[in-house]
Amino acid sequence: MKKGGFITIVAVLVFVFLMFPLVIIACTAFNTAPTISFPIQGFTLDWFKNVFATESFIDGFKLSFTLAIVATLLALLVGVPAAYALSRFSIKGKKFLKNYFLSPTIIPGIVLGYALYQFIVLTLKMGVIEGLLIGHFMVVLPYIIRVVGSSLEQFDFSIEEMAWTLGCPKIKAFFKVVLPNISSGIVASFMLAFINSFNNIPISMFLSGPGVRTLPTALMNYIEYFYDPTVSAISVLLMIGTILIMVLVEKTLGIGALTK
Amino acid sequence: MAEVRLENITVSYDGKNNVLEGLNLKVNEGELLALLGPSGCGKTTTLRVIAGFIDPKDGHMYCDDRDFTRIPVHKRNFGLVFQSYALFPHLNVYENVAFGLKLRKMDKVTIEKKVTEILKVCDLTEFKDRLPKNLSGGQRQRVALARALVIEPELLLLDEPLSNLDAKLRLNMRVEIKRIQKKLGITTVFVTHDQEECFSISDKVAVMNGGVIEQFGTPEEIYTRPKTEFVARFIGFENFIKLHKVDGVLECADGTKISVDDSGDKDECLLTIRPDDIKIVADDYKGENVLCGEVVVRTYLGKSYQYETMTPFGKVVVNDASGTLYNTGDKIRMVLDKAKIVLV
Repeated sequence: MKKGGFITIVAVLVFVFLMFPLVIIACTAFNTAPTISFPIQGFTLDWFKNVFATESFIDGFKLSFTLAIVATLLALLVGVPAAYALSRFSIKGKKFLKNYFLSPTIIPGIVLGYALYQFIVLTLKMGVIEGLLIGHFMVVLPYIIRVVGSSLEQFDFSIEEMAWTLGCPKIKAFFKVVLPNISSGIVASFMLAFINSFNNIPISMFLSGPGVRTLPTALMNYIEYFYDPTVSAISVLLMIGTILIMVLVEKTLGIGALTK
Repeated sequence: MAEVRLENITVSYDGKNNVLEGLNLKVNEGELLALLGPSGCGKTTTLRVIAGFIDPKDGHMYCDDRDFTRIPVHKRNFGLVFQSYALFPHLNVYENVAFGLKLRKMDKVTIEKKVTEILKVCDLTEFKDRLPKNLSGGQRQRVALARALVIEPELLLLDEPLSNLDAKLRLNMRVEIKRIQKKLGITTVFVTHDQEECFSISDKVAVMNGGVIEQFGTPEEIYTRPKTEFVARFIGFENFIKLHKVDGVLECADGTKISVDDSGDKDECLLTIRPDDIKIVADDYKGENVLCGEVVVRTYLGKSYQYETMTPFGKVVVNDASGTLYNTGDKIRMVLDKAKIVLV
């Protein structure tokens, strides 16, 4: 009993430590004072209105959202077959390939961003949107390969072979038998990839062009000039969005799917 | 129903070492053939070649004189049961069994009729809406079998289908498989490492070792007349005594004479006999094939005691059900049953 009590206290302290900054930010979003400060002086929803009135935020959100969706879908198209091949076949240099695919998560984002800037913007002179898409695709691909790969590790491939023996051609068997059994991994990898793309700053900083900003870069840019609670208001909106997604995941797959 | 022939099959996974080496095998129509051997002997590889998962480096596989070597898995129409059962986890029992029929573009009514029928045969009707994870081992096994049988396969392939079941269930399922196999008259290849299972169920046995078939024959032939030391060891012959011929008579290393029905034409050979076929006899016993040994270990087996004895030419193991107890250090005399001695 006593031991359990101690653990509970520690857990509560850690929880408070993690939640405290978020709660403060959330409070400041409703502050009447023109700068981010705490405790708050009065209650207002003006900053939320300001969010929707600021064009760079709306455009930034639209761009970030579209970018995250498209980059993640592309990464799924490439990553799922790659993960399948990596766990299904004994390929020469499998270990190297696995590490290679994961390298973008290990290399600092700023290095990758600079490298992409050098290559995509300066050498290939690509458009801003294409550049951003390639950059984000590269950032999210490892998450797809890793998460889908780990759910394929759990998958018993004799199930797939069984489908063949029952008369199912190989490609069809992949869709009928393999895919349904790794669907939670695919959804989980989609969420992780989406969140990583949506939050990404270093890649977007290097690859953004005039007038084209993702939401995080638009936020950074805004803070440089205005230190008002609009930023807090956006944070609150994003938190609500995240909570909604998490509830949805929990309802459909169970939150465990994300940590598997 | 079909006859299956493997001709000169050679398989290599890495291009250098052959897992199967020029393997020849024939399964007659309606027969149940067991592939018996230790792990790594190539029995599962052989089954996978027949199923079509592995392209042999060399050789051909025929099914009713049609060359099947290059026919892809999904066009072979062979039923398969894996050791892990490999049920589709996302489908319930009914859908698992119906899977193969749906791919054959049958109409719904026919599918339902066939599935219902096979579920009944396999005693699964009440579980048809359950997911595999909510079934016991025996039920899963039966679903796997039903799913393989419902497509009316030319050939049934079973890869250690009983090894994940507990002892009692294994015995029941063994009889069940044999019953269904005989009833449908379906040609079957059964892979196992369990000799008892293998002998009880099969019409023919192929004992494999190192990618080749060491001996092929009926269970009785193999059980009583193993042809090589490997086969003998694998099926429970525990005693091996080196013999050499002196003036046409076989002798142990210490000169003990051994009399057998057919002493063969080799000058040196290995005598082998099961512990059950040796009897402990009284000191005044007069007769052939008597060995003397000293008891080293006594083990209680339930219906008998097993004695490990040391003789001048090595270890001899004997099972004794007479009830007389011997202790470590006792000198005993043993007689080898002439008819049960095998020379390899």
